[in-house]
Amino acid sequence: MKIHEYQAKEILREFGIATPHGIACFSVDQAVAAASKLGGSVWAVKAQIHAGGRGKGGGVKVARSLDEVGQLAGEILGMTLVTHQTGTQGQIVRRLLIEQGAEIKKELYIGLVVDRRNQRVCLMASSEGGMDIEQVAATTPEKIHKVLIDPMMGLTDRDADDIACKIGIAESAMTEARTLLQNLHQAFDSTDASLIEINPLILTTDDHVLALDAKMNFDDNALFRHPEITALRDLDEEDLAEIEASRHDLSYISLDGNIGCLVNGAGLAMATMDIIKLYGGSPANFLDVGGGATAEKVTEAFKLMLHNPKLQAILVNIFGGIMKCDVIAEGVVTAAREVKLTVPLVVRLEGTNVDLGKKILAESGLPIISASNMADAAEKAVTAARRM
Amino acid sequence: MAILIDKNTRVMTQGITGKTGQFHTRICRDYANGKNCFVAGVNPKKPGENFEGIPIYATVKEAKQATGATVSVIYVPPPFAAAAIDEAVEAELDLVICITEGIPIRDMLRTRYKMQGRKTRLIGPNCPGIITPDEIKIGIMPGHIHKKGRIGVVSRSGTLTYEAVAQLMEQGLGQSTCIGIGGDPVNGLKHLDVMQLFNDDDETDAVVMVGEIGGTDEEDCARWIRDNMQKPVVGFIAGVTAPTGKRMGHAGAIISGGTGTAQEKLAIMEECGIKVTRNPAEMGKLLKSVLR
Repeated sequence: MKIHEYQAKEILREFGIATPHGIACFSVDQAVAAASKLGGSVWAVKAQIHAGGRGKGGGVKVARSLDEVGQLAGEILGMTLVTHQTGTQGQIVRRLLIEQGAEIKKELYIGLVVDRRNQRVCLMASSEGGMDIEQVAATTPEKIHKVLIDPMMGLTDRDADDIACKIGIAESAMTEARTLLQNLHQAFDSTDASLIEINPLILTTDDHVLALDAKMNFDDNALFRHPEITALRDLDEEDLAEIEASRHDLSYISLDGNIGCLVNGAGLAMATMDIIKLYGGSPANFLDVGGGATAEKVTEAFKLMLHNPKLQAILVNIFGGIMKCDVIAEGVVTAAREVKLTVPLVVRLEGTNVDLGKKILAESGLPIISASNMADAAEKAVTAARRM
Repeated sequence: MAILIDKNTRVMTQGITGKTGQFHTRICRDYANGKNCFVAGVNPKKPGENFEGIPIYATVKEAKQATGATVSVIYVPPPFAAAAIDEAVEAELDLVICITEGIPIRDMLRTRYKMQGRKTRLIGPNCPGIITPDEIKIGIMPGHIHKKGRIGVVSRSGTLTYEAVAQLMEQGLGQSTCIGIGGDPVNGLKHLDVMQLFNDDDETDAVVMVGEIGGTDEEDCARWIRDNMQKPVVGFIAGVTAPTGKRMGHAGAIISGGTGTAQEKLAIMEECGIKVTRNPAEMGKLLKSVLR
């Protein structure tokens, strides 16, 4: 799960990490009032959306007067911000963060992620903060420093100091930096985060370290023990179809193509998308109905796919294991009847009770195109979509 | 003996009294030699009771002592599953297969840390399990689609593994052992570990390796194969069309930072001399074509 920058900063402050003073706002009036309350003469007006790359997209501006705060807030609120992470459709800005300006001496980068290969939390740091860190990693990998953290001991003083030194933190700010890095790891661990990124972490002109930006993602599997984090979910930032899918315990992701896929199992679902592409088509979605698909779930899945105006065919690919093909076939028939299918439906069944399943489809009287294997199914779906 | 398990393996079920545990223990017991293999269940609240004749013990240690079981399969719900693995490791079992889906990563990081230097091997979590066809099945895969033979299968996915097996069967090829290692970012055996076991196994002639986007397990395995593998390996990687930065369902498959894409994995596997296909319908045919 993702949260907004201002929410992440609130969490980080609870763990003793210094951030600029800021106030979250939902209107221009609130923004001006916030700036006035914060005081000072320079403020950052920051669009709050879940995607990164906000600065480049024009969603982060500096204001030097209260009038300018109002003007910029007016421009940014409601704008459709397009960044490399939003996709071409962009994301509408509904929330702002107004922050006190900071005197920046140096911009640094700090990230915490789970390193799959080493099965440890990895702290990454770089002296090249404030810019696209993937670019830094690609062009000057020697400027990214990493340390693997022992899950029992946490980030040691030695490792923290070593990293701080490598990214050029001044001697006078060393102790503060050590505490900040250790607190960051503490925050990561305690909240079941899957990612923390501070880009930039700044060294101020008076040698303090400050998290100027903050990004936190959380492990969905651990949300059951963090109701306070679950409460931060912002549905405006999520795809409508994906929200609806999650209500029915379906795993759904919208894509750009025109062939809807309904598959059991994530791996097989991805392989189905791949084979559609291989046969010259384009998948409209990823949809994993999971292990225990019922007629009701299949019906909801059909409804979800049919909401997509681009949809021109549906491919159902089910490998019945514990889930029997006849049960799935009943589900498909019931769903197809209930939702009044407007596009061709190709169904490929394999596995437990496959013959019974195929018989149910054939005898349903519905115009279902039956496929004998994955390749056949993909080919038929692509052809059917072209004819639409 | 195929790899890791055979008809002489003795298994306990942790979480035997839950709905999922009961359902699958029953099916596994009814498969091939399962009646002799599934000898114990564990539930701290129900020692002395039994599940359809399978005795239940309070702890893994007691179950091991009483029945000689050296392998455990876990169906315990996610909040308690990592602790169940820890208990099996403490009891020094040989192998733990954790089916449970949805264990927090933080729990698994700690569990894997505690497993360092211990003898226990872990398959999963979030996996279909392991089967040595016509001998024993430990997990949730459909037994009847398999047949005893000489092809090894290792995969991160569930149904995509069944797909590979079905394609092998279409080519008349049975399997020595099939393992779903699970899709979670922090897990037990990796492709590489399983590949080593297949390489050393007299009853395996060739291996199908099915991977997906995310992580670098397939790349690590490919490099090992290049330098050490004595048997043909064919591969498929799911997720060529997956968008970056999105978690594809339950698989834990996520691409970030430009590493772990399907294209990269396929390219490295090819560089390492592994025959790969970009068509998931051709895994079986491809394997048949490399048999000596």
